[in-house]
Amino acid sequence: MANEKELNIQETEKQEIAETGAERTRSRLAFVPRADIYETNDAIVLMTDMPGVDENSLDITLENDVLTINGYVETAYPEGYGLSYGEYRVGDYERSFTLSNKIDRDKIEATLKDGVLRLYLPKAEPSTRKITVAAG
Amino acid sequence: MFGRTFWGQTSPWNELERLRREMNRVFANLPASSESRITPGYPAMNVWTNEDGVVVTAELPGIDPDALDIAVVENTLTLSGEREPVELGEGEVYHRRERGYGKFTRSFQLPFNVEADKVQAVYEKGVLNITLPRAEADKPRKIIVKAA
Repeated sequence: MANEKELNIQETEKQEIAETGAERTRSRLAFVPRADIYETNDAIVLMTDMPGVDENSLDITLENDVLTINGYVETAYPEGYGLSYGEYRVGDYERSFTLSNKIDRDKIEATLKDGVLRLYLPKAEPSTRKITVAAG
Repeated sequence: MFGRTFWGQTSPWNELERLRREMNRVFANLPASSESRITPGYPAMNVWTNEDGVVVTAELPGIDPDALDIAVVENTLTLSGEREPVELGEGEVYHRRERGYGKFTRSFQLPFNVEADKVQAVYEKGVLNITLPRAEADKPRKIIVKAA
C-alpha cells in the first residue's frame, strides 16, 4: 500500500450526504454508497453497493479527474401497505473520487449487477519520462 | 468509595475519569439520536403491513439469490445467506474496503401467522421483497351483534 495512491477520497463513511455548499436539486435523501477499491497490476477496480439502482438510473461522469457516481432510486413502496417497522431509508446515491491521470479514460468499463456497481479503470500505458535536470 | 483507604490512591479526579469512561462505554452502544443509523442486524429490513399480509423488504446488494434461504415457521421469518468476499490475486491490494461480506442470519417475528405456501420472494436490483399473505384462520372476523 506504500506505493502511490491512485485514488483520493472525498467522502468517507456511509452516511447521508451533508449539505455543504451546493444543494442538490432533487429533494430526496441521498446516501454515500459503501465502496471497495482495489488495485491490480493493470487496473483500479471500484465496487459500490447501490441497492435499488439499475443501469438506467445510474450516471457516471468523469470530469477534470473527478469521477462522480450518481444513482437514482425510484422508491416503490408496496401499494396498499403501511410501514409498521422501518430500519432503513431509501434514497439516491452520490459519491465522488479524485482519480490520478494515470487512468486510460477510453477503456473504463462499468457493470451493474444486483445493485453492485463494478468500475474497471485501466491504468494508462506506462509512459515514464525522466526529466533531466541541467546543472545551472 | 468506602472500600478505598487513601485519597492518594484514587483521587476524586481519577474517580470522575473512571466514571466518565464507564458512562461512555455504556452509552457507546446506544443510538445517540434519531439521526444515527439504527441497524440492529444485517440486513436492515422494512416491514409493511395491512390486514391481508406483510411485505418485508431488505437491501441485499450482490447476493446470489440461489444462496438465499428464506424460511417461514408460523409467524417467524428467518432470512439467511452469504455474501462472498472478492478474492484478490497475487499483487492485488485493497485501497479501501467498506463493503461487508460474510454469512448472515436474521429472524423476524411477524405480527400474525402467514400462509407459508403462498410466500413469494423477488430479488431485484439488490433489493429483496418478500410478500407473506396472512393465514386465513388468523384473519380478523367481524362479529355481528344480533338484536334480541
